[in-house]
Amino acid sequence: MNPAMNSALNSGMAPVATPFFFYMLAGLAVVGGLLVITRRNAVHSALALIVTLLAVAGLYLMLYAPFVAGVQIIVYAGGIMVLFLFVIMLVNIERSSKERRFNRMWPVGLGAACALLALFVSAFAKGKALFPEGMMSMPESSNTQQIATMLYGDAGRMGQYTFAFEIASLLLLVAILGAVIMTKKRI
Amino acid sequence: MVPITTLHYLVVAAALFVLGVIGVLTRRNVVIVLMSIELILNAVNLNLVAFSRMWGNLNGQVFAIFIVVDAAAEAAVGLGILIAFFRNKETINVDEIDLLKW
Repeated sequence: MNPAMNSALNSGMAPVATPFFFYMLAGLAVVGGLLVITRRNAVHSALALIVTLLAVAGLYLMLYAPFVAGVQIIVYAGGIMVLFLFVIMLVNIERSSKERRFNRMWPVGLGAACALLALFVSAFAKGKALFPEGMMSMPESSNTQQIATMLYGDAGRMGQYTFAFEIASLLLLVAILGAVIMTKKRI
Repeated sequence: MVPITTLHYLVVAAALFVLGVIGVLTRRNVVIVLMSIELILNAVNLNLVAFSRMWGNLNGQVFAIFIVVDAAAEAAVGLGILIAFFRNKETINVDEIDLLKW
């Protein structure tokens, strides 16, 4: 117990609450993912996906990434999922909730996913020695400020990802134009 | 109790990834296929942020933010395509969306 507590205390995490919150959030995320792919009603799937997204945001907070957690909640759970719910309400026909849920080739899909899972398990088992035991500690200044420095630049210099940031805004513009034009009745 | 290492987060991300792959491959409702793709992207994000914490630099978190932006754009365009298709053919079943032009 002593080395474990030492490494946990050195990285600044509480030794008792961390596993409880991790298992609770991880279980919530995986159960939400299971509900997404098995529910017959699309609205139930969307709500389960919201639960998964919030659980993953909690996991980001545990990984000392508060800005990414905030982006996840605001953009993903608050924007993309609302968009999904709107579209579900536009296209959800009654017939689809009474039809078969899984398509005819579902054993093939399940077999392929199990092969993928076996590949992951073997990669984790073989590579277990590569991951260091404790976690590194983050530098002193605030997480959001450091991410802003990488994205926007600092004191007259371009940041490391400023160009990618501009390209991302161009991507969003193109996506907005595409989505609006495609859903118009007469172009 | 075992301390939570990076490997724990990677296992959770792998589980979410496999669930997303099963959803993409087996469901017939197009909207649920798109939601499974969002599950896959979230699994990748969790992987990136876990590694960013392991190495102590923020490149993984910035990459995760860009993936969230990209997922928003892709969800908007994909759902736009779905609505345009639904207006023409009145179905959201992937088995029936099998012609490029009719």
